[in-house]
This record gives sequence, structure tokens and C-alpha cells, in this order.
Amino acid sequence: MNAAQAGAPGHDESTAWTLIFGAWLVAAASTLGALFFGEVMQLPPCTLCWYQRIFMFPLTLILPLGLFPLDRKVLRYGFALAVPGGLVAVFHLLLVAGLIPESIKPCTQGVPCSETVIVWFGFLTIPLLSAVAFGTIIALLVAAHLRSCK
Amino acid sequence: MKQKTLFIIAVVCLLLGFIVAALLYNVEREDQASQYAAANNAALVRMHSPTLGPADAPVVIVEFLDPACETCAAFYPLVKQIMAANPGQIRLVLRYAPFHKGSDQVVAALEAARKQGKYWPALEALLKAQADWAPHHRAEVDLIWKHLEGVGLNLQQLRNDMKAPEIAGVIEQDLLDAQNLKVSKTPEYFVNGKPLPRFGIEPLKDLVDEALRSAPRR
Repeated sequence: MNAAQAGAPGHDESTAWTLIFGAWLVAAASTLGALFFGEVMQLPPCTLCWYQRIFMFPLTLILPLGLFPLDRKVLRYGFALAVPGGLVAVFHLLLVAGLIPESIKPCTQGVPCSETVIVWFGFLTIPLLSAVAFGTIIALLVAAHLRSCK
Repeated sequence: MKQKTLFIIAVVCLLLGFIVAALLYNVEREDQASQYAAANNAALVRMHSPTLGPADAPVVIVEFLDPACETCAAFYPLVKQIMAANPGQIRLVLRYAPFHKGSDQVVAALEAARKQGKYWPALEALLKAQADWAPHHRAEVDLIWKHLEGVGLNLQQLRNDMKAPEIAGVIEQDLLDAQNLKVSKTPEYFVNGKPLPRFGIEPLKDLVDEALRSAPRR
């Protein structure tokens, strides 16, 4: 984990490991959080929430496969899920903020995606949590990628 | 290996956190639901509601029902069984929560059947044939008539009565009460004013048994 000295062999390697581990922590916490909202609080997920779940849940399972043993290829697979998921989350945020007009809203039946179900501390909504989670995962994976490129 | 230990600790912590949070949340919600029902007791029983069983029965089950809801149809005979097992002890009060599309029209038909004194046979006929007139979770009022034929109703009269404003008022009042009692799913039961701690026929039986024990036997 903590390599003794910078530049020592294996230092970059263990930093990359820690970064991917961090990304997995975020993904796992988000997955459990989404399950908590859906299964415990029984809030029905809207369509856009489902798309974000589709990209978030597999990250929880795939990232650990690249941790034991450390396999940098997992970054490719991680990006393939985290980037589209992040885009959906940003789209969702814009929709809730009202910056995207009604006409391109993908969901008109069932639970409207523009409806805000939870607001914590006056600003923290579920789509914001999701966007922050995807953003953090992407940032950590990019950092891991830069480390391993050296 | 340090990394593996760290990973396993993280997995265990996350899962434990989830389980503890879920347990705490459920305890909290049960408390809230009971307090809510106690505070909104007036919204539980209205004069206009159809009832089954003696008026002075010690145990009153209030059921919020959607005639197009599959679980309501499945639970109805079970509730009747509970009532049959305790003759004269239980009164059933039906409230409407027509959450399915088109279901309010079916409720109106039932209320119109009540004017002809055929409420319970009509309800039972419709619940039994639900799959036929409520395909794809959408209640089609045009499909219910043939299932009401055997009940002995004047269907012409019934279609007229359905449009009565007092029936619309009953549905509106029930929906408003459902909202105030935080009834968001059907069927929802209240036994002597207490909500089910969790959904299912066993919790309902337990709650009824508890109410029967604490009620004076007649």
C-alpha cells in the first residue's frame, strides 16, 4: 500500500491500486445507496435513474477484478461504464434544474425524472449525488491511468 | 496481504452499514406510521364507507382498496377467511384508493351497485374477474358489464347512477384521506386504527389477533 519512498519500484503500481480501490469504494457506496433508496425507502426509480444504475452497478463488480491482481486494463472497462453513466447523470441534473426543455424529457409516464424526491442540506439531491459519484470515479480512474502511463 | 485485507474490511463495513441503516430506517418508519395513523384517526372511517360485519364489533379492519389492484383481489378472500374465523367480532370498512388508471370508474360502478343493494356481490364478482377487465394494469370500465350480469343488477340504472356527483365526492374524499394517512400502496390495512408493521397476510392476522385479545369478548 504505502510504498516507502517515492520513485521506488512498485510505487506507481501501488498508487494506481489505491486509486482504483478508491473508485471502487465510491461505486460500491453508490450502489448500496441506490439500493437503499429503492428497496428500503421504496422510492420508485425514474427512467434516468435506471440508466445510471445500469452503469453504476457493474462498476462495483468489475473494478475489484482489476485489483486482484492489479490489472490496468480494468481502467478501459471502467471508463466504458463511468463516462456514459456520468453523461446520463449530468443530463438528469440539467433536467431537474429546468435547463432542458420539457419536449426532450424522456419520461412522461410513471415517475417523472424532473421530480425531486429528496433534498438534503438544502442542495443535495439524488441526481447530484449520482453526478458527484460518477465524476469522482472518472477522476480517480484518470489519475490511475496517468500513474500507470509513466 | 494488506490490500486484500483492506478490501475485505471495506466490503464488510459497507454491507454492515447498509444493514444497520435499513434496520434503523424501518424501525423509524413503523413508529412514524403508527403516530401518523393515531394523529389522523378521523380520516380513517367516514360515514359513507361500505361496511361488512356488525356495527359494534370490537375489531374494525379499515382496508384501502383499489378494485383493479391484483394484490387486493388476492387478499380479499383471505380477509373474509379471517372474518369467518371470528364470527361477529370483526367489521370490515372499505375505503377506496383507485390508483390504477380507469379504476375510479369501476369504483363508481360499485357505488352505483350499492344503491341497488348489491354492493358486496358486485365487488366479489369484479374481484374474481379482475384479470379480464383490467388487462395490463389498466381498468377498462367497458369490460366490467358482462361480469356484473350474474349479480342481478339493473345495468341501465347503474350506468345512470354512476354519474352522480355524490359518488365522485366519495372517491375524492377517500383519495384525500388516503393521502393524509400516507397510503401509497394498496391494499393497506388498519386494525383498530393501527397500520400493519409490514405488509403481508401474517402481520394482518397477528394484528387482528392482538386486537381480539385486548377487546372484551362478547
